[in-house]
Amino acid sequence: MSEALIEIKGVRHAYQTKAGPLPVLDGLNLTVPEGGFAAVVGPSGCGKSTLTRLVAGLMKPDHGEVWLHGERVKGPKSTVGMAFQNPVLLEWRTILQNVMLPLEIVPTKLSKSQQEERARKLLALVGLEGFEEKRPSELSGGMRQRASLCRAIVHQPEVLILDEPFGALDAFTREDLWQTMHKVKAEEPFTGVLITHDLRESIFLADQVIVLSGRPARTQYVMDVHLTGERDIEHLYTPESAEALNILRHQIQIAQGRAVDAEAAE
Amino acid sequence: MNIRQVLVPIAAIVIFGLLWELLVWANGWPNYVMASPSDLPPAYARYWELFLVMGWQTLWRTVVGLLLAIAFGVLLGMVMGFSRTMRDALYPLLVGFNAIPKATVVPIVALLFVGDHNFNTVLIAFMISFFPIAVSVSIGLSTLEPEYRDILASLGASKTTIFWKIALPKTLPEFFGALKVAVTLAFIGTNLMEIVSPHGRGLGALFDSGKTNSDYPLMFAVLIALALMGILLYYVVVALEKVFAGWAERSPSY
Repeated sequence: MSEALIEIKGVRHAYQTKAGPLPVLDGLNLTVPEGGFAAVVGPSGCGKSTLTRLVAGLMKPDHGEVWLHGERVKGPKSTVGMAFQNPVLLEWRTILQNVMLPLEIVPTKLSKSQQEERARKLLALVGLEGFEEKRPSELSGGMRQRASLCRAIVHQPEVLILDEPFGALDAFTREDLWQTMHKVKAEEPFTGVLITHDLRESIFLADQVIVLSGRPARTQYVMDVHLTGERDIEHLYTPESAEALNILRHQIQIAQGRAVDAEAAE
Repeated sequence: MNIRQVLVPIAAIVIFGLLWELLVWANGWPNYVMASPSDLPPAYARYWELFLVMGWQTLWRTVVGLLLAIAFGVLLGMVMGFSRTMRDALYPLLVGFNAIPKATVVPIVALLFVGDHNFNTVLIAFMISFFPIAVSVSIGLSTLEPEYRDILASLGASKTTIFWKIALPKTLPEFFGALKVAVTLAFIGTNLMEIVSPHGRGLGALFDSGKTNSDYPLMFAVLIALALMGILLYYVVVALEKVFAGWAERSPSY
């Protein structure tokens, strides 16, 4: 096994509310090796977004440690890229300018023209060639999400954090984007954490699926996914996939408190 | 701009003038009750020099007051937009201040800085027009979705960078909306001062002298001149909005 790039050890966190502390994470463990892609699933409101903010260094946990590439995370680092359910493109910029935004913040050795070349290359990779000079308001939801993805990886981050990026898209657009993700990962290697509600998405994209328990969340179940070779949508309809989905669905029910964990009960 | 866009507003103005003329004519109102559009050209012809001089006085004092309102309003809006405590502290104060009819503030200011007529007038124009700017900027900043901040914050960008690259441009449409309201308010402020505390300067003073002499055509001529100046400044703001916040306008096909 290669070196762990993302390591979360025993993280506990509570938000301070008027009604007292509200624990959201309680004993969260997660290890993603370099080049790995972990999907985190769990009941809604279980603290999945808190997890992304911890990895991005946007907040510190009350207890426990977050490590990136052998370094403890203390604040935001430019080696992280993020994309959210809301593509949050800047409407006053063209798509190309939007994609180039991180390069204005992160120190880069690329010249202006090289930066533009890189942004154009990524846009072409996700199928947005010819839309470089358009404004975000002229694009469909799926296209905006593609642009948002380009922006998240333009500065070649080590870690890509995806917080339900496809959650607001229709089923067909979503499947298109899943395939785009595989294409991007092949061309632009990254280590990824994907937060999602979609079990099919998790096994299609990730090589490791982590099920979180209900709030306060702890790591409840970890599954290694072995959908080998060129992944296309048909892989989701093999008996092997059906079995994986079944196990995950059962784990989610346990997390929601609607089913009993047989092993734990013994 | 095509011919239709020019002709339609002109036609509307002509029709409005005709209806006004007709109203005065049908009621048989004499000049000292209500002036009609046909009384205006003679009034302008007689006092055109005064209109130029005083119109300029009104215009520059309004613009200076407005510029101050923009500077102060944006600053106040930023303070309230970024700090919850400051917002809680300043909002009631600001709303209370805005609720005071400015006509009552005019005599106070006029006595406070007696003799400084230019300063007084600019001050009232400023006081009356900064409120919408401050409120819109603060709302624009405080309603910025957290993801917008996270996009840059996760790369280690400073608060200042986030403000210049995201918060400020994102607030521009709201800012220009408020500025359109503020333009009109600033005119009201200038004229209040010129009418209530006349020093023989500005269109307000000209209006006041028309009132003293029961010169109704002159009074109406002043009103029309004020309206024209208001339109002028308003469209200056619209032009600036097109340049700086044109992206917020969606093309009709979407």
